[in-house]
Amino acid sequence: MLQRIYDWVDERLDITPLWRDVADHEVPEHVNPAYHFSAFVYCFGGLTFFTIVIQILSGMFLTMYYVPDINNAWDSVYYLQNQVAYGVIVRGMHHWGASVTIVMVFLHTLRVFFTGAYKKPRELNWIVGVLLFFVILGLGFTGYLLPWDMKALFATKVGLQIAASFPFIGDWIKLLLQGSDIVGAQTLARFFAIHVFFLPAALMGLLAAHFLMIRRQGISGPL
Amino acid sequence: MSKKEHDVSRRQFLNYTLMGVGGFMAAGIMSPLVRFAVDPLLKGKEGAKMVPVMDVKDITNEPQNKKFTVKKVDGWHKFDEQQIAYIFKKKNGDILALSPICTHLGCTVAWNDDPSHPNQFHCPCHGGRYTKTGINIPGTPPPAPLGVYKTQVKDGKLYLGEVISRGGS
Ligand code: HEM
Ligand code: FES
Repeated sequence: MLQRIYDWVDERLDITPLWRDVADHEVPEHVNPAYHFSAFVYCFGGLTFFTIVIQILSGMFLTMYYVPDINNAWDSVYYLQNQVAYGVIVRGMHHWGASVTIVMVFLHTLRVFFTGAYKKPRELNWIVGVLLFFVILGLGFTGYLLPWDMKALFATKVGLQIAASFPFIGDWIKLLLQGSDIVGAQTLARFFAIHVFFLPAALMGLLAAHFLMIRRQGISGPL
Repeated sequence: MSKKEHDVSRRQFLNYTLMGVGGFMAAGIMSPLVRFAVDPLLKGKEGAKMVPVMDVKDITNEPQNKKFTVKKVDGWHKFDEQQIAYIFKKKNGDILALSPICTHLGCTVAWNDDPSHPNQFHCPCHGGRYTKTGINIPGTPPPAPLGVYKTQVKDGKLYLGEVISRGGS
């Protein structure tokens, strides 16, 4: 059945070359854990992507119940976690997934560093990778405020204090992020917008650039 | 290896394994998410609590417009909602409490406010009309009788609960 639908579309649109070009490439022996178990370190990039997919999916579903408003945010999170079926699991995926994502990015970066994969001709992809790391840290920071509990509030106050210590323009950065002279209604609305629209858009653009470059340059050689 | 005994090729076997494991993982991720999203469909409705509305001795044969508030819960949002009932005694002495929500498209009907059709419920939106007991009058838009409140008499007071539909929307 599926095969016949595929053939029907393929006959008209010739889609096979499109995905073959992306999917058909050799996996070199030195990155295949079936040959050398230590090659599992090459999995961290893919695992990072996998956890990002989980973050995006679980985040999209959370926004079905979450409201970014100081009067309702905490209650909406409490409701979705305790009254909605599988709420604990969906929030748990996003909550723990956030930490797992950052750990995976870090391990992936270590692998790239210690295999020297950032060297010519892959300098540009290292730069994109560092930007991805910052975007993901930004998602972690802005997401942390959203449950609007005491931990969220005070963690954000500390985070903004750190931003304010930036030379010369620190106070300006803090005010821009805070959107107000206190961490309050406007901060929450702003962080929500950054968390679910701005940074995910940047994340997807950077990921596309990251993967295109990998496809062009291939995996770096063995040590 | 003879071809006849092994008609699943190595490539096919790997394909099936990969699709099986991939499908299992995708289902593991998607099922809690989907169940979470469709929760409103599967959540049972909880019946409204009975609230006291008026003294039974004040109920007459003429429908009286009574306003009362019920506590509502909408997810994380709790609020008081004002509701209206038209309350009267039928000829046989039974108490009837009608919901004024028109069964056509949901406007609010009024009792006896249309001089050309006395002693009827009248809907201002598209001219729907109902008899005193809330039966829709043929030839007017409403497709069904007005809903009735669940009633209960306790200590001389009339309590009203949820609205029971008598057909229509
Ligand atoms: C790499 C990507 C992401 C990371 C690292 C991340 C991180 C976080 C963190 C740390 C929290 C606080 C969770 C808690 O304390 O329970 C959070 C909350 C939230 N995130 Fe994300 N997030 C990501 C992507 C997304 C996306 C793409 C969306 C939506 C389209 C989203 C929507 C939300 C919502 C609605 C909340 C508030 C609900 C809650 O706190 O449980 N997230 N995020
Ligand atoms: S809504 Fe009452 S007649 Fe149409």
